[in-house]
Amino acid sequence: MNAGGDLLHVVTSDEPARGRAALGRALIWGSAALLAAVALAQAGQHWGWWDLGLTTWRPTLYAYLTWAVALCWGQVLIRGEAGRRALFVLPAVLFVVSLTVFPLLFGVLIALSDWNLSSPTGRRFNGLDNIRRMWTDPFYWNALRNMVWYSLAIVVEYAIAFGLALLLHAEIRARRFFRVAFLLPLMLSPVAVSWMIGKSMLEPRFGPLARLGRALGWEQPSFFGDPLIARLTIMAMDAWTFIPFMMIMLLAGLQAIPREVQEAARVDGASGWRGFWEVTFPLMLPVSVTAILIRLIFKLKLADIVINVTAGGPGGATDTVTSFIFREYRDRSNVGYGTLLAMVYLVLIVIVMTVLMKLAERATRPRT
Amino acid sequence: MSADTAAPPAETRPAEAAIFRDAEADLRYRARWWTSRVAIYGALLIWTVVALFPIYWTVTTSFKQAPDVMQGNLVPWVDFEPAWLGWRSLGLSPDTIGQPSTPRAEFLKRFANSAIVSLAASGLAVVLGSLAAYGLSRFAYRFGPLRNGDISFFFLSQLILPPVVLALPFLVLYKALALLDTRVGLILLYTLTVLPIVIWIMRDQFAGIPHELEEAALVDGLGTWGAFLTIILPLAVPGMVAAFILSLVLTWNEYFFAALLTSTHANTLPVMVASQTGSQGINWWAMAALSTAAILPLIVVGILLERFIIRGMAAGAVK
Repeated sequence: MNAGGDLLHVVTSDEPARGRAALGRALIWGSAALLAAVALAQAGQHWGWWDLGLTTWRPTLYAYLTWAVALCWGQVLIRGEAGRRALFVLPAVLFVVSLTVFPLLFGVLIALSDWNLSSPTGRRFNGLDNIRRMWTDPFYWNALRNMVWYSLAIVVEYAIAFGLALLLHAEIRARRFFRVAFLLPLMLSPVAVSWMIGKSMLEPRFGPLARLGRALGWEQPSFFGDPLIARLTIMAMDAWTFIPFMMIMLLAGLQAIPREVQEAARVDGASGWRGFWEVTFPLMLPVSVTAILIRLIFKLKLADIVINVTAGGPGGATDTVTSFIFREYRDRSNVGYGTLLAMVYLVLIVIVMTVLMKLAERATRPRT
Repeated sequence: MSADTAAPPAETRPAEAAIFRDAEADLRYRARWWTSRVAIYGALLIWTVVALFPIYWTVTTSFKQAPDVMQGNLVPWVDFEPAWLGWRSLGLSPDTIGQPSTPRAEFLKRFANSAIVSLAASGLAVVLGSLAAYGLSRFAYRFGPLRNGDISFFFLSQLILPPVVLALPFLVLYKALALLDTRVGLILLYTLTVLPIVIWIMRDQFAGIPHELEEAALVDGLGTWGAFLTIILPLAVPGMVAAFILSLVLTWNEYFFAALLTSTHANTLPVMVASQTGSQGINWWAMAALSTAAILPLIVVGILLERFIIRGMAAGAVK
């Protein structure tokens, strides 16, 4: 990133006038006071101090929006040019902070409480009980273990995607046709894919793939009966939709390699195979690492296919963390426990991704 | 992308030049060339079948009748006679299109929800994301101890946030705010999920536009925002289209939040497809028609705007 000053140097003479700055401050603090007053009034009703007849927290939301707009406008009034620049980033920052940081803090509170939406008792703080329960919940650990298996499948996906990228990079005709054809699976919604492949093509009696299996001598083709086969099937379906994603990134990387480099290797007598491993592959390392990390991020969110095809079965063999928590909420309305599991998952992901990013940085640092 | 410049096979030489016979080495080279061609096109065709067969299967199944499904017939007009059975159950076949139909009304409602939510969320994300990316690529900010690099990282780190972490707090919050089962609620959440990707793409785009352009505009008397809106924005349109399309794909297909946060009014097409899969019983033609209708818009987008999608995904991959 840029180390010190602005990349774009602007000299302006509009030092904000005193009156405008005062107006700006008044706007910001006035709207903040309004927000505080509305929030307090609603909180008072929530705790039963008084009754204003409000059924939702909408007024607080509107007050918050007013405050956010006043904050942006006030920046310009108070700080002139600097405020106008802040206006580029401020809306996005406010948006993301209010939609992630606030719910996350709220989520921590939920995670430490016993809260079942279908029970009449409402939320009760229960400290670390949920963590103790998680510790002895074999299904959660099973789901985490499955995530490791699913993540390892990325290696195979990467190999296939690299192969496809090399094919598309070769000198071929109808390149555009093949590129579009290879890209299309990425366009499809995982839910539709669950039906198209998981429920109909893999249907044990009439599905075309089951027929193919029988023709190849598999007596009783069943793709979701055996735990191992079921997990492999889910991996294959997920790979089918996401291989194009890695393929495109790798293809972009291949196209960025100057042709001279490969030609030089050929002139020096490297065969195609050695040329690939000693020239192309090392040059592709940074792109590969980026592609794999992004793919991993998406893989860790894997849920739609599992929810719709196997619902975690047989016996939790295909469960992902997300689908497990989804069912915890859907079937048992257990908000408190589900949120705790999600929070633990987030912490694990942050640790793993940080370590991986550090390792990746070390691996791709240009060697001198 | 350029015209194919494959080495032409040697037999294009005129026949009368037979005195110059191909040397042994040349013939071997030509054989190897042909083998590699066959291998490359063979692999390409195999993967084309892998990628396209499920789509082909779904589209053809929507025109099949029960016996065709049982017998596994594949090719229309050869193996089986196409029928409108699946589309009739959706109320979208030629003979039912004029009549009122509940499934069709239901389908169109979901379709409209999906379209509104994904278009609005992508649009909002592109606006917010482009502004932020432009600011971060041109000015030095300081929010407390945070500088540009940290702010960029803050935005991009949202990408690793798994949806399941946000889902339950949002469920409770939206309930309190009466945003549950509304389109606005979904739009806000979807904008949040695609914003990091938009910022990622747009940062790349703005970094490729030279600063001298704005400097010239500023000298000519435009303000910071004037220069951005009139000079830079038109140049950044390709990146914005790429970011928009990619967001559209992600939000159109999103299922997890939609399943949790909507019930009757605002649920989107994936939720409808999923709710039909749940009920077993092999009403294959109807499911195939519904799936086809759900994936068709994005297939069209994919074929027509493939360039932009690839551009969006390739952004940032190459530095």
